[in-house]
Amino acid sequence: MYPSDYRYTKEHEWVRVEGDLATIGITDYAQHELGDVVYVELPKPGTKLKTGETFGTVESVKAVSDIYAPVSGEVTEVNSALAETPETINKDPHGKAWLIKLKLANSSELAKLMNASAYEAYVADKQKEASAP
Amino acid sequence: MIEATTTQLRKTALNSAHRRMGAKMVNFGGWDMPVEYSGIVSEHIATRTAAGLFDVSHMGEIELRGPQALDLVQFVTCNDAARLTDGQAQYSGLMTAAGTFVDDLLVHKISDGHYFLCVNASNQDKDFEYIRSAAIRFSAKVENSGERYSQLAIQGPKALGILTRFTRAPIASLKYYHFLAGEVDGVRALIARTGYTGEDGFEIYFAPEHSEKLWNALLEAGRPEGLLPCGLGARNTLRLEAGMCLYGHEIDDTTTVWEANLGWICKLGKGDFLGRTALQAQKESGIRRTLAGFEMQDRLIARDGYPVLAANGQKAGGVTSGSPAPFLKKNIGMAYVPVESSAPGTAIRIGIRSQEALAKIVPLPFYKRPR
Repeated sequence: MYPSDYRYTKEHEWVRVEGDLATIGITDYAQHELGDVVYVELPKPGTKLKTGETFGTVESVKAVSDIYAPVSGEVTEVNSALAETPETINKDPHGKAWLIKLKLANSSELAKLMNASAYEAYVADKQKEASAP
Repeated sequence: MIEATTTQLRKTALNSAHRRMGAKMVNFGGWDMPVEYSGIVSEHIATRTAAGLFDVSHMGEIELRGPQALDLVQFVTCNDAARLTDGQAQYSGLMTAAGTFVDDLLVHKISDGHYFLCVNASNQDKDFEYIRSAAIRFSAKVENSGERYSQLAIQGPKALGILTRFTRAPIASLKYYHFLAGEVDGVRALIARTGYTGEDGFEIYFAPEHSEKLWNALLEAGRPEGLLPCGLGARNTLRLEAGMCLYGHEIDDTTTVWEANLGWICKLGKGDFLGRTALQAQKESGIRRTLAGFEMQDRLIARDGYPVLAANGQKAGGVTSGSPAPFLKKNIGMAYVPVESSAPGTAIRIGIRSQEALAKIVPLPFYKRPR
């Protein structure tokens, strides 16, 4: 389910790194929690982001969710196709529905993020909580 | 901590059925309820074009019995229950002495000495205590009977056809806002032609032990016709498109019928009732704010609580409900706005995060079903 070469945050973003370029999106768990996604707001290329900073908004019919920068860097590209087809986030959250690409400011920050198995355990815990009653 | 809070959630008789079906569950006013099954959009569209089945057993029921049951209903609510015939229902408001809403509700007249009220889930205990203290002056008994009923809503253009297969009661000739006692799949039920979606449909009240049997029967019969099980998410978007109020959003104990565009449920001439003096006074002095519908003019979505802004950037009102409208495919909402900004066509501005978004006042309801 969760690609093993990605890194993950507790806020349910994923990061894929190629060289000094990080691609960022939201996880399958996040899209499922949100439900039908209808609107995406993304930053402009050139925006500089610090770790933990809000850089965008994903909205479903029911909810508004802020998206946080998992690592710091400068936005080089945004997935502008999502403006017309936000539902791609529900269909292919780990692939076609990437949100932004960042030029990494400090690649050592990646080590603080979860790997796939740690994230899977984290999500399993959340699901157990949700089914408690 | 988590366990302590979650175990306190109230459950309907269908709770485990919802979980087995993989519904996404949420805490709704202290109840563990399904918010969606297949998705709000598909459930909403199914209800508009075929049918939707909703577990609304969390809704509260309060029954008033006795020789002065009608007098008690008349005293605590603003609509005129004396106009009801046996088997008829009306939308009404439970009023504070200030003429604001304790709750909104449906009043069903079962007989001269028996009225059956359907109230909001999270208000039912408050409503019961409120009516019971008012009842001291009347020869009427008040029962908080929510636990004796499950409630299913089957809504949409195919609701009648599907439900007809399970009952011999003459539901096809049942008028809107009327009800009858009958059997559904052999289960004794009160079948009302009411709903909260803007569609034709029925709300069915019955003993909780039959919940899974009826839920499964209606689902199975309806599926081939396009019926989907629906959660509270679609219930909310459906009622918003239909321009219906939700307690805690459009109405609460700070709003009046005049402000909420609900003057049609307030009958000042019916005799004394709680809040009448205040409502009479406000009718004479006029209102400053009013509930209005709006459509967003760009892609931004206004949400509950976002401010409506005056020309000088100051807050002039607030959004009470805002959402994408899955059937109309627009972003819509309702808001309190100054009366002078409430005419259809008026441009208003809504603060959305750091932006000011344009919206246009439109007539309510947003959606009216084809007849």
